[in-house]
Amino acid sequence: MADGGSGKGVGARLPRKEDDRFLRGKGRFVADIRIPGMREVAFLRGPIAHARIGAITVPEAHRAAVFTASDLTDVAPIRAYSGLKGFRRSDQPVLATGKVRHVGEAVAMIVAATRAEAEDIAGLIDIAWEPLPALVDMAEARATTTRVHEEWPDNIVLETFVDDDLSDIAATAPIVIRRSLRTARQCMSPIEGRGVVAEWDGRLDQLVMWSSAQMPHITRSGLSECLGLDHGQIRVISPDVGGGFGYKGILLPEEVALGWLARRIGAPVRWIEDRFEQLSANANCREHAYELTAYADGEGTLLALDCEAMVDAGAYSSYPFSACLEAAQIASILPGPYRFGRYRCRTFSVATNKPPILPYRGVARTGVCYAIETVMDAIAEATGIDIETVRQRNLVRSEEMPYTNVTNKVFDSGDYPEALRRAAAALDIPTLRAQQASETGPVRTGVGLSIFCEQGAHGTAVYHGWGIPMVPGHEQAQARLTPDGVLELRIGAHSHGQGMETSLAQVAHTILGINPAAVRLVHGDTALTPYSTGTWGSRSAVMSGGAVAAACETLAKRIAAIGAHLLQAEAGSVRVEDGSVVAPGGASVTLREVAHTWYRAPQLLPRDVDPAGLDVTAGYKPLSDGGTFSYAAHACAVTVDTETGFVTLGRYVIAEDGGVCLNPMIVDGQVLGGTAQGIGTALYEEMPYDGEAQPLAASLADYLLPGAGEIPRIAIEHMETPSPLTRFGQKGIGESGAIGPPAAIANAVNDALRPLGARVDALPITPRRILEALARAGR
Amino acid sequence: MKAAAFDLVRPRTVADALAALADGARPLAGGQSLGPMLNFRLATPERLADIRTLAALRAHAETDDTITWGAAVTHAEVEDGRVPDPTGGTLRAIAGHIAYRAVRNRGTVGGSLAHADPAADWISALTALGGSVRIAGPEGEREEALTGWMSGAFATQLAEGELLLSVTIPRPRPGARLAYRKLCRKEGEFAMAIAAVLDDPARAIRRVVVGATDGAPIIAEGADAGPRAHAAIDAWPGEAWKARLLHVSLDRALGDIAA
Ligand SMILES: Cc1cc2nc3c(=O)[nH]c(=O)nc-3n(C[C@H](O)[C@H](O)[C@H](O)COP(=O)(O)OP(=O)(O)OC[C@H]3O[C@@H](n4cnc5c(N)ncnc54)[C@H](O)[C@@H]3O)c2cc1C
Repeated sequence: MADGGSGKGVGARLPRKEDDRFLRGKGRFVADIRIPGMREVAFLRGPIAHARIGAITVPEAHRAAVFTASDLTDVAPIRAYSGLKGFRRSDQPVLATGKVRHVGEAVAMIVAATRAEAEDIAGLIDIAWEPLPALVDMAEARATTTRVHEEWPDNIVLETFVDDDLSDIAATAPIVIRRSLRTARQCMSPIEGRGVVAEWDGRLDQLVMWSSAQMPHITRSGLSECLGLDHGQIRVISPDVGGGFGYKGILLPEEVALGWLARRIGAPVRWIEDRFEQLSANANCREHAYELTAYADGEGTLLALDCEAMVDAGAYSSYPFSACLEAAQIASILPGPYRFGRYRCRTFSVATNKPPILPYRGVARTGVCYAIETVMDAIAEATGIDIETVRQRNLVRSEEMPYTNVTNKVFDSGDYPEALRRAAAALDIPTLRAQQASETGPVRTGVGLSIFCEQGAHGTAVYHGWGIPMVPGHEQAQARLTPDGVLELRIGAHSHGQGMETSLAQVAHTILGINPAAVRLVHGDTALTPYSTGTWGSRSAVMSGGAVAAACETLAKRIAAIGAHLLQAEAGSVRVEDGSVVAPGGASVTLREVAHTWYRAPQLLPRDVDPAGLDVTAGYKPLSDGGTFSYAAHACAVTVDTETGFVTLGRYVIAEDGGVCLNPMIVDGQVLGGTAQGIGTALYEEMPYDGEAQPLAASLADYLLPGAGEIPRIAIEHMETPSPLTRFGQKGIGESGAIGPPAAIANAVNDALRPLGARVDALPITPRRILEALARAGR
Repeated sequence: MKAAAFDLVRPRTVADALAALADGARPLAGGQSLGPMLNFRLATPERLADIRTLAALRAHAETDDTITWGAAVTHAEVEDGRVPDPTGGTLRAIAGHIAYRAVRNRGTVGGSLAHADPAADWISALTALGGSVRIAGPEGEREEALTGWMSGAFATQLAEGELLLSVTIPRPRPGARLAYRKLCRKEGEFAMAIAAVLDDPARAIRRVVVGATDGAPIIAEGADAGPRAHAAIDAWPGEAWKARLLHVSLDRALGDIAA
């Protein structure tokens, strides 16, 4: 057993410690925080996508309650620049300055006793708008003379180019595939929105901010840059956070504004984002367009891929990831888990009058997986080779690991073909094919596959290459034994659904033998934890897991030295196990006794005791910055009602390999939750805009999220190929589930539609898109 | 967003409620449609009259030929069989697929008919059954047939200051069938298309209602009601794919009757 047999260490399916408080409704989220004298903030948001701001008229009686850009003169705009060549810089004002660039941009901040009263005042403010043409579509924004940012020569944020002359292949390849694909603009929808409580502490000369944030240390850096305060003057606390998904890694203008306001008015203030703000102004993500040309031989081998991709970056570059992340990643990861050697890819990030696009779980990966897996099915169709075999012919093989792919990604380990084989076998494709062959009515079965690898926990070199405000280095953790033998772990990352209070206790148990119940994880407070870029990019199991292990190992040595002295044993002869220090003869002292000795009976310590005591800070990095590559194959069956365009998911199988799982049950939870989000991307979620760039799905009545009823039973098959790069062989797998479903489901739907001559080339696959595709096919 | 300030009154009788409405109050039933409108500030009434507990609106009654539900009967009460169902279960099933249970616990039949969302379920189902509503106003009480109830999306025969008291549903005769089909992308969402067909040979009634048309429902009666409703969908100005869904829901409801 991976966890050494105790049922509590690395590899154990230990129930989540944090669930006790969550399931009893005892969690504490930002909106649960009440401070005496706290005032409420509402934002007046621009109702027009692109307009100059003329005179702002505030009724005399409310002047003191209303703040606009002209008040925030000591606040710097949010600046998230990328060092990539050609990246166009822009500033995101905290309150709109001069003009608004998307619907929902905050123009004024209103403070009152209640949110409702603040909104009353907002309704009395008059703004003389001078509308400008709104750029809605990225292709149109590339062509027009209207500028989102006047000082730019065009609306291109960044162009990237992986060049290769493919003319030789183009001239000879027997099979040429062309596809134009689009993915919708989506809105990340954590069950808890953003929220901020801010207070100025005069004693500490410090801003204390509680924020529903997944990267509190980065939030602090951003606040420091915008507010002109040094880091010591800012404390950011992320209490319980109801889902992050990337949205909560972003420094929001609202956070900066409230930080400024708390100090300015000398009272605690809070702003709790509502669903309308989240949907219409803030949480946008994912909008891609692909023009793909693929060349293959008659055996289905992909010879070369040529792609031009566009990302609708929206109006601003968000902090810290910047407006480059999405498109730059498309170029680097589009080749997926495949071994073809010739590749050309040009990407454009285009500014439009829509909210900034933010990184969402599976950043860029979800779109590229959909793109390359569409190509694979197209090759299968063109060659008449079945969908599994075509992929098997192109996948990187286990004996080639570690494998350096066409964009210089180094896949660390794994058996991709085996994952595909298992998923396909579990789906039982032959039976589904027989079913299809017998179908003549309006309801058609489809079969879809997707396979991908997920780079996680990538570090310094990768992010330095992008040159964004945040470059992760060594991850640190602190391990401290308290006088009564409780282990306090402190990490700078944050757990907001990942179960780290449990899995990191399992790591500590593996090294110290301490009962996970006696381990407390302190996280989400810049005053109490070491600096960290936070939880993002499927990194915390690897990074915080490695750092906690390193800290516990050092702690174990110090504990052993004291324990050996107490046991009158040779220093090198004792073992730390099961929460005790054990001498060769079997005599033992507990960690609690060791801790008691250090803190409360130091007279008993050895003379040469390490004066650093039972409090350790350790740092960790995997053996390579290039990251771990987990991977998964998704296989699903769907039925499409061709009369209504409704899609029903049938059997859904995932074969995944996250290396050694710290807690396989938590990994399952991550995979299942991600898959539900991927189903949303595939079938439901879409934020449409009208011709004036007005968002058309500003409530959950219009922005459809899958509910429990829309998620089929999902079978997960585990494989476990350790990463050679990480402490326990674990790999980042937090985003995995969200990546595979759109590709697998789109392929399955198109498989069902194929006999009718129809195909859908956009996400989400709505009844409308299916019916229109059928109508185009004359059905 | 938070609602603008309003006064809340809790009338004890229909007369008090009418007085409150005459005083500018807007009826508040389950709040499942009005609540979001208040929060979005699409509605900013100065006064709300909570009519949800009025005894007259909570009552239900039966005669040999009809059943009557008070306007404040909730979807959940229909679903749970706490009020009689003249169709022997179809209305219970329809109720069980309105929104989510939390919404059904508060949302009322009267609120749904008064709100008149084109995609709402009771509008189509009860219109097909030949239902009528009883209305109280400053001028006294009157009865309105549901077939002429909606004049457009969210627009009905209900005038300002009037209160919907109850809905009366004629009992279908033995051998009659009500077919009800709605196309919903996910459980709990409003329908993309609705078709309700009543076939009551003993009374020589065939009535077809096609809902979720973005306006008043398409209603056709008589032996050829089906084909005429299809023809009306063909003439409907909406997008082709949506028209197709209306046709399909109608075909399926007609198919249920024929089966
Ligand atoms: C998430 C969600 C999903 C939904 N899905 C569906 C669905 O699938 N199908 C469906 O049919 N409905 C659906 N609804 C609407 C729901 O059925 C509401 O209950 C209904 O529309 C309104 O009833 P109410 O009692 O809540 O009315 P309220 O919201 O209180 O009032 C609605 C309107 O009617 C007026 N009013 C209410 N009662 C009276 C009366 N007795 N006399 C005069 N005027 C009155 C009010 O003044 C207001 O203008 C959904 C609602 C939600 C929130």
